[in-house]
Amino acid sequence: LKAVILIGGPQKGTRFRPLSFEVPKPLFPVAGVPMVQHHIEACAKVPGLKEILLMGFYQPHEALSRFLVSAQQEFKIPIRYLQEYAALGTGGGIYHFRDQILSGGAEAFFVLNADVCSEFPLQEMLEFQQRHGDADSFVILGTTANRTQALNYGCIVANTDTQEVQHYVEKPSTFVSEIINCGIYLFTPAIFQHIGEVFQRNQQELVLEESSNGWQRAEVIRLEQDVFTALAGKGKLYVYKTDGFWSQIKSAGSAIYASRLYLNQYSKTHPERLAQNKPGGPIIRGNVYIHPTASIDSSAVLGPNVSIGEGVTVGAGVRLRESIVLHGASLHDHTCVLNTIVGWDSTIGRWARVEGTPSDPNPNDPYAKIDSETLFRDGRLTPSITILGCSVTIPAEVVILNSIVLPHKELSRSYKNQIIL
Amino acid sequence: MRALILVGGFGTRLRPLTLSRPKPLVEFCNKALLLHQLEALRQAGVSHVVLAVSYMSEALEAAMREQEQRLGIRISLSHEKEPLGTAGPLALARDLLAEGGEPFFVLNSDVICEFPFAALARFHRQHGGEGSLVVTRVEEPAKYGVVVSEPDTGRICRFVEKPRVFVSNKINAGLYIFSPGILQRIQLRPTSIEKEIFPAMAQDGQLYAMELQGFWMDIGQPKDFLTGMCMYLQALRAQHPEKLHSGPGVVGNVLVDPSAKIGSNCVIGPNVTIGAGVVVEDGVRIKRCTVLEGARIRSHSWLESCIVGWSCSVGQWVRMENVTVLGEDVIVNDELYLNGANVLPHKSIAESVPEPRIIM
Repeated sequence: LKAVILIGGPQKGTRFRPLSFEVPKPLFPVAGVPMVQHHIEACAKVPGLKEILLMGFYQPHEALSRFLVSAQQEFKIPIRYLQEYAALGTGGGIYHFRDQILSGGAEAFFVLNADVCSEFPLQEMLEFQQRHGDADSFVILGTTANRTQALNYGCIVANTDTQEVQHYVEKPSTFVSEIINCGIYLFTPAIFQHIGEVFQRNQQELVLEESSNGWQRAEVIRLEQDVFTALAGKGKLYVYKTDGFWSQIKSAGSAIYASRLYLNQYSKTHPERLAQNKPGGPIIRGNVYIHPTASIDSSAVLGPNVSIGEGVTVGAGVRLRESIVLHGASLHDHTCVLNTIVGWDSTIGRWARVEGTPSDPNPNDPYAKIDSETLFRDGRLTPSITILGCSVTIPAEVVILNSIVLPHKELSRSYKNQIIL
Repeated sequence: MRALILVGGFGTRLRPLTLSRPKPLVEFCNKALLLHQLEALRQAGVSHVVLAVSYMSEALEAAMREQEQRLGIRISLSHEKEPLGTAGPLALARDLLAEGGEPFFVLNSDVICEFPFAALARFHRQHGGEGSLVVTRVEEPAKYGVVVSEPDTGRICRFVEKPRVFVSNKINAGLYIFSPGILQRIQLRPTSIEKEIFPAMAQDGQLYAMELQGFWMDIGQPKDFLTGMCMYLQALRAQHPEKLHSGPGVVGNVLVDPSAKIGSNCVIGPNVTIGAGVVVEDGVRIKRCTVLEGARIRSHSWLESCIVGWSCSVGQWVRMENVTVLGEDVIVNDELYLNGANVLPHKSIAESVPEPRIIM
């Protein structure tokens, strides 16, 4: 039993800029640990899971290598990075590396998208697979969305008794189903036969078109559009529906929402990661993660939903809420930071107010998902989470509202609703 | 001597403050506006002041009973049933004003400056004309009544209200002294002294202008109220620096009522007035603001160019700027941002106001 985590590459995840300028998106800390570590932790808990393969098209990266080394040590499971030579799509990569995935006689393997936040009910998916279909059947993890938002995802129509997937459409323009694809799958080796068929078809089409990029384009295979759509209704594909928390992490705003979901989960899975109110310590409200090397004044009020990274300093009388503070940043006295991601090594001067607008899903709708909002609407910047890139300096006493500040910028005045280059 | 103060109407431009108090009772630099004028008049030898009012006269009346005793000055109210403009009230109070047979002062209630009443009286007796008005130099005269006068005598040739082309940079400062004869020119009906009476007097060569020394401001709206406050505090620094506050965390000109409490790690000033019984908690930064009696500013907040009304409660980590005005008894919840918010009395603010807006 193995797991493959699809981590994408630099051309993907542009909605995560400017944060993705510094660190590959899968390594961005969510609830205090790299995004993809949540996946790894969940995989490591599955009994019998022998190896984790990270797959993507990032060039070898120091941060990535260091992460792999420390993750292997911590979770005591082999973890390797398989670099695709080009962006091969969600299906092309696993097809290209099928021998590596199946080596050692794997009877089944999980495929997880790195940019999702989830409870990862992997064990349950395994048990579900035993009970449904045949030994070769595949499982998609699904969850419920509301009718309007479902159109933004892969939609699954399933037989209510057998849970077989009868119809699959990726991002339809009209309503198909409220059950959406979570980007987490359980495959058996038989999947490669089906991907192979897509590959053959692609090749034939290319021969007809006489295109020069032959190999590369044939190998680009999207699991969702190319494979699932074809497999629907053929008795091979099943959906395991979960009510557990799930969210995509496409934009910086969704990182804060995902942090909240994981921090919430910590009370059950990692209570040691949640800060507690202590005499002489800052005031903690709700779920807050503080790295052990951070230095926080006792008069600061933190939370709910705050993650504070390594070596961060938080001064006297600071208010921090619904925010992520990345390592090395410094918040001076009396600042008020709300709905913001403070970049690595940034500084916020005294009494400054740095505030964003959350794009959280409607709390009254249990199936609402976070909007993958567009940056501009009607020619104006949509109010969103404020992001300070790395090494940004915010002077004292200004207000920064709904703005995105690119790295290494030293501001000298207040800004609202702007991208500061 | 006598004086008439044109208190007049609803003070709508200074709302929301004037929804709770009549404008003359709004504290400017910790003293009721009217009191600044009464004290200056008293000093110049005025023993009887008539207030021409049309709104909230009971509140004013009660406040004036107290001041009469304290100042040793007689205060009468002349109550307009219908608004009489800027000249009509003189006709209404005709008997009170003419009684002494002496010249009497008339002033707009919105004016703050280093009141030159004694000098004005001397100037008036010297030239013997029917009326004298104080003029001051401003940068943008088109907003006011503009005066053109002879440089040596001060006799006014022309009087143009809000001119559309540049005529002169001296404007009517709203402080006058008249001989009782002027009352013949004014009837008991809504009349504008600037548009109807003064031009006629100027034509007759009966109107003279005396230039004001020092600062001047019409503080009838919040923006100008704050500008006037800065000017007043600067004059105070020059004349009575001991009245200003000093100490750790105090920057520039700051006036603090002795009963106010300021916490630790605050930085207050420049140009701040803190009223009676105000509590400013720890870590607060205030610049260019007036905080009226009984208000509380909770910790770590940041205020610039605001007026905080009586008994308001501003929460923790609040940021207020850009002429935000809180009426009486407004509560601002923690962690909000108010930019140019104009908040009516007794409101509770639970959401930020990122762009200037009126909150009813």
